[in-house]
Amino acid sequence: MKLPTLREVATEAKLLLIGIPVFIWTMVPIYHMFLFAISPKEDAFSGKLWPDHPTLHNFSIVFNQQHYFLRDFYIQFWNSVVIAASVGALTLFIATAAAFSISRLKVPGGRVVMNLALFTYFIPAAFLAVPMYRTMGNYGLLNNHWSLILAMVTIASPYAIWVLKQASDKLPVELDEAAVMDGATTLQIFRLVYLPLMMPSLVAIGTYAVLLAWNEYLYAFLLLSNDKEITLPVALGNFLAADDSPWELLMTTGFIYALPPAAIYYAFRRYMVGGLTAGAVKS
Amino acid sequence: MAITLSGDQSIASPPLSSRLTPAQVWGIVLLAPYFLVFLAFVVYPVCYGLWLARHPASYVALYNDPIFARAAVNTLIFLVIGINIKMLIALFLSGFFAQQRTWIKWLSVIFILPWAVPSIPTILSVRFMLNPEWGMVNHFIFSLTGDDGPNWLNDPTVALTMAIGVHIWKSLPFWTLILITGRLAISHDLFEAAEVDGASWWQKFRYITWPSMQTLYVTCTLLSMIWTLGDFNSVYLLTGGGPADLTHVLSTLGIRYLRLDQLSLAMASIVCAMPFVLPLVYFMMKRLSR
Repeated sequence: MKLPTLREVATEAKLLLIGIPVFIWTMVPIYHMFLFAISPKEDAFSGKLWPDHPTLHNFSIVFNQQHYFLRDFYIQFWNSVVIAASVGALTLFIATAAAFSISRLKVPGGRVVMNLALFTYFIPAAFLAVPMYRTMGNYGLLNNHWSLILAMVTIASPYAIWVLKQASDKLPVELDEAAVMDGATTLQIFRLVYLPLMMPSLVAIGTYAVLLAWNEYLYAFLLLSNDKEITLPVALGNFLAADDSPWELLMTTGFIYALPPAAIYYAFRRYMVGGLTAGAVKS
Repeated sequence: MAITLSGDQSIASPPLSSRLTPAQVWGIVLLAPYFLVFLAFVVYPVCYGLWLARHPASYVALYNDPIFARAAVNTLIFLVIGINIKMLIALFLSGFFAQQRTWIKWLSVIFILPWAVPSIPTILSVRFMLNPEWGMVNHFIFSLTGDDGPNWLNDPTVALTMAIGVHIWKSLPFWTLILITGRLAISHDLFEAAEVDGASWWQKFRYITWPSMQTLYVTCTLLSMIWTLGDFNSVYLLTGGGPADLTHVLSTLGIRYLRLDQLSLAMASIVCAMPFVLPLVYFMMKRLSR
């Protein structure tokens, strides 16, 4: 066994000197949320680092909908699920079709559409929120889940198309040519050659769209207002309407709301990191 | 007569299907869904928004509204100071996370959490931490010094700083991750050669790391600036634009005008931002569509 040299110890110490603050900085807001979720109200407001009487009582209140702000918790949770799943599916459909068309079929005008999509991608979504709100009003879709689904698909697709196009440009042309020689139709190439090869990127994009929709707050609160129609983040924002908000319940609900996307992210991290960072910034 | 007419037409424009290969027909069919979404939910809202913003009176009203000027300044501070600080930290941390250590690997998994969890509950969590009476931060200050801590969100400068802090907390992991990918792409031989020549830490950064990463770094900074323009949550959920509407940024200002039922002002404020946004967008498109 070899003892570490002084130099190695010094390097390790320097790294720890960076690592520990990074850890604290990252964890404090999340730990604070968790702390509130397991604290009775008195403990939560007393600024302790660990409650005197940790409890799961807050979770039972949330799951039994025993508070004015939580009376539609399950419906709102379900709304979030339905909207996120629909946005994921629709974005995948629209973006995969478009990327296949632009990249593999070289449709005339494809490049123009790609540039238009890229342009939309760079316009901050918050700038489009007010006109989108009025547009949905004109279409008669306000307070309807479709308004949020369509708005989120609009926001998610440009990036999705772009990442998928980059990925499909890398597939060799010979694959398509060989399939055509074997007498495959365009749809068969799409289904049997293209989709299987694109799987990793499709997983990444599906995850991206689902998380984007699940996490969206601004569009959700603009487009949906009825208590039975809103998604969880809007319900969380509504907690603040009261002067004496039940913060321990707000944090508990927030904690429950944060779990699914975190789980999805970590489950698909392999795809996300490869698929999205490669696409996000091409140097 | 009818025959002649139809004959003329077919010479002028042969039926679409005969000019296109089946593959191209499929191409158009498959591109159509996005194109329709684009027309209905991008082109129409943008045109409608521009139409709402057509009155010169709106711009005069904006010019006379001190809150608009304040929001513009806040946005500029957010972008120029906030983003540059964030990117410098990200550049520094990308070097830290590129170190080969097991515990650093684990730390990087935890470090990504702010990016992986939704921003609403975490921003609200920070908001309560900064509560002057019951928040954890002031409890901590009290137990250390015996003095009451400041009323964090009641001072516009401090509140805006906190909003920038929340933004950095949320998006730092993403940019660090991207810069790590850039760093790992640099050939290791270069560093070994520099090591042999006895190069210092700074020299290695100055002559190897920075030259190979500067394009990526600048691209990331610009991209982050464009996206941060649309960062509604960090400000709205932490300060709500307050105190006294002094911490608004352009993305929350539109919602404020909407609440006040001044739709044309909301649109005009966004149109005012376009001369700054469009060059950035143009530049980014040039870079990315190469």
